[in-house]
Amino acid sequence: MIDRRLVEHFDWILLGLTLLLQSIGILTLYSAVNASADVAGLIGPLYMKQASWFGIGAMGMITLVFFNYRWLHRWGGLIYAACVVLLVVVALAGRDISGSRRWLVFGGVSFQPSEMVKIAVPIMLARYFSDRISATGMTLKDLWRPLIWVLIPFGLIVRQPDLGTALIVALIAGSMTLFVKIERRCLLGLGGGSALVAGVGWFFLKAYQKQRIAIFLDPEKDPLGAGYHIIQSKIAVGSGMLTGKGFLKGTQNALSFLPEQHTDFIFSVLAEEWGFLGSALFLVVYFLIVAWGLNIAMRSKEPFGTILAVGITSMMFWQALINIAMALGLLPVVGVTLPLVSYGGSSLVSTLLGIGILLNISMRRFMFKG
Amino acid sequence: MSDTYLKTVDSDWYRQRLSGALIFVVAAFLVLLARLYYLQIVRGEDYRRQSQNNWVRLQSIPPPRGLIFDRNGTLLVDNRPSFSVSIVREDAKDARAVALRLADFLKEDEQSFLSKLDKAGGWPSFKPIVLKRDLSRNAVAVVESHKLDLPGIVISIEPMRHYIHGELASHLIGYLSEISEEQLKSGRYPDHKSGDFIGKFGVEKSYESFFHGRPGRRKVQVNAIGQIIRVLETMEAEPGKNVFLTLDAGLQRKTEALLAGKVGAAVALDPSNGHVLAMASRPAFDPNAFVEGMTFDAWNTLVSNAFHPMSNKAIQGQYPPGSTFKIVTAMAALEEGLVTRETRFYCPGYYRYGNRTYRCWSRHGHGSVDLVRAMAESCDVYFFQLGEKLGIDRLARYATACGLGQKTGVALANEALGLVPTSSWKFKKTGVPWQAGETLSVAIGQGFNLVTPLQMCCLIAAVGNGGILYRPVVVSRIEDGDGSLVKEIPAVARHVLPATKATLECIKQGLIDAVNQRRGTGWIVHLNDIKIAGKTGTAQVVSMEPDRNQEKNKERPLRLRDHAWFVAFAPAVSPKIAVTVLIEHGGHGASAAGPIAREMIRAFLKG
Repeated sequence: MIDRRLVEHFDWILLGLTLLLQSIGILTLYSAVNASADVAGLIGPLYMKQASWFGIGAMGMITLVFFNYRWLHRWGGLIYAACVVLLVVVALAGRDISGSRRWLVFGGVSFQPSEMVKIAVPIMLARYFSDRISATGMTLKDLWRPLIWVLIPFGLIVRQPDLGTALIVALIAGSMTLFVKIERRCLLGLGGGSALVAGVGWFFLKAYQKQRIAIFLDPEKDPLGAGYHIIQSKIAVGSGMLTGKGFLKGTQNALSFLPEQHTDFIFSVLAEEWGFLGSALFLVVYFLIVAWGLNIAMRSKEPFGTILAVGITSMMFWQALINIAMALGLLPVVGVTLPLVSYGGSSLVSTLLGIGILLNISMRRFMFKG
Repeated sequence: MSDTYLKTVDSDWYRQRLSGALIFVVAAFLVLLARLYYLQIVRGEDYRRQSQNNWVRLQSIPPPRGLIFDRNGTLLVDNRPSFSVSIVREDAKDARAVALRLADFLKEDEQSFLSKLDKAGGWPSFKPIVLKRDLSRNAVAVVESHKLDLPGIVISIEPMRHYIHGELASHLIGYLSEISEEQLKSGRYPDHKSGDFIGKFGVEKSYESFFHGRPGRRKVQVNAIGQIIRVLETMEAEPGKNVFLTLDAGLQRKTEALLAGKVGAAVALDPSNGHVLAMASRPAFDPNAFVEGMTFDAWNTLVSNAFHPMSNKAIQGQYPPGSTFKIVTAMAALEEGLVTRETRFYCPGYYRYGNRTYRCWSRHGHGSVDLVRAMAESCDVYFFQLGEKLGIDRLARYATACGLGQKTGVALANEALGLVPTSSWKFKKTGVPWQAGETLSVAIGQGFNLVTPLQMCCLIAAVGNGGILYRPVVVSRIEDGDGSLVKEIPAVARHVLPATKATLECIKQGLIDAVNQRRGTGWIVHLNDIKIAGKTGTAQVVSMEPDRNQEKNKERPLRLRDHAWFVAFAPAVSPKIAVTVLIEHGGHGASAAGPIAREMIRAFLKG
């Protein structure tokens, strides 16, 4: 029997914000795929797919709400292990789509295990950190295990290659680690170490990845080639001006000047059609959901819930930040989706599962005494 | 569950950590907001304009070129719709790859596509570059069905020049070719753009400014791969003006048929105003080939042809006038009072001058002949003596006054001057003084004289019309599409022949007898129902031999055989048509050129 207090404490605000964001996403997605001549024939299937993914995600979210999230503490290791196994399966038997191997196909449905890693890694880390959190912070002795746990899936995802998702996984892990505090000397050492790794890593980037970074720094250098995406996105956003061109009236979008307009550049579509007023409002909603996530972390009375909430919230935050900054020409083009807005099944499911966890932590805050 | 963590951290510690995170999040969102403000508010106008430029394209609508009609309103040249395929590099992104793919789809030469791309390298990237013109319907279907694989490829319908009758009057009408970079840069063609066709020869060239019209403009909305989504605004093109030739298409066709297989030219004029009724030059070319796009080999074959199909021999060909020049010699001698109509000379078949013997074409001689008979029978001995009495410079003055040695002023480019030799000309040219004997050759149209068939036709027309030398005209009027008159080209009299009525009557009688007397050199030309006045001419290609013999001429290699001339007008009284025929290496004027002139006259006067 469900505890009556669970219903009383249900986080309607989070659910409301989520549904609001999801609605904006559906409208924007409609515009992105509807007006575009290229994918006109795909509207039906695209919608069906996204709707069914939303169904799966929502079911997962609701299911999660019914179980105490402490259950994740117990089974975290298994979930993590399952994700890593799936990543290995992808590497061995995944489907290649335009040069990268990211998808697993089950009976006609393709699925990206790397998206699940974005949930599994926070659970694994929250579980670990909650047992050894202290005011002085983590030392190297505490950190080598989580480092390995992150590096295994990170390496597998980079190999696919899916730089965007790998980056998000690393950012989630980094945020959580910084949140639980790293001992000062250790922090300095790690900072120096990661700078070194970044320097060495440059040499392992693929040519197109290096080019993206170079073009980002000076897009006008190649306006018809690699710089095209950044320039066209900036034109789309800028041409929205104060009030936008109106729903379904974005010319950059409608005439397919925007690349990947239903995934990576969905924000450009929104900004073009709704202008500064609309996009600022959208940023506020997004900010509210992130801030509310932090609030949930605050109100949770036990460390696993707090740290896990921080991890899930950081996932939402980093993806939104990187995706939007990219559309605004502030960051190089990396394939990161805008949670709840971009088209993409696996991403939608993992985001909804994350929201489910947040709802769960939020409604069970009374079960632990401060 | 272990609660040890409570000993190390408390809720204030969490609050502090979370506040730090919140500050970071707020800062990040503020950065995004500021960037949004910068792009949409500060730079918004600029980006709005750029987005307009992105999807609004200005297209030029080519104006249909003016049509060409003959004097009776028969359509000779029009425009037909044709499909062109072009590439817009801005939309293609990788233009070379797209061009190669297109070449593959169309089974066309890759190199020609790439070289067209390279040639247009300096153009703005939104300008379409024509890769191939006049696509077949199948090719259009192939391109359309691969549209998504061919970003930036556009098919446009353009009016293409169509010479309905192919070779008919090709030298007079002329042809088109793509405008050159130099012409574009010259600033003389403000309504042309690169890729446009421009008149390169003939009437097409002379009346280019009327033919071309003014291009229209169309504002269209395109998508990212350059497909037109809809038309926003159209300003129709102003079609070129229609040009009415003075040509009679029926006579022209007849003339060309008569010249078939020969090398030479024929001209027919209206003696009363200088209108060109026919102008043919053989061999000819098909002007359609130039707009359809000629291969390098086809062009080479055309220009390396020994008989020069590209040249209009009626105005560009320069030939010794042969006996047709006797008209000028007779005129000069009569006007200078050196002879009268009755003055007789005896022709034994040769004339001794100095230590040389100059032979008459008739070995047995003409006996005692007066001027009219000397003209009719083309007695060389008679004219040797006229030349001797006149001297070269006096003769040259008359030749010049007859319109020789200068352009007739016809509105066709590349007209040749011809040559009227004088003593000072020869000295300047060769450094050797004029030899009196050379005057004898000039007097019968051999030697240094050079004329074009059109010059001779103007002269014979002037003799026929009573002495007025008209500037030949090829276009009589120019009209708008709705038939309103834009320009009328009036008849212009250049000179009056330096001859009294009596002199002209005397020459005319000689020309009438030449055709209508059994002993006349042009007897073969006579008609029972039309009185033709005419003069034969046989122009030597090799320098004058003492022994001239028609039979021998036929045995010579073609390039050494004589050119055949016939000049005529008809009817002899108040003529309606003047004709000149020149057949290169045709042999005797009467037999090779005369019948052609006769048939032209018959066709024109009797239909």
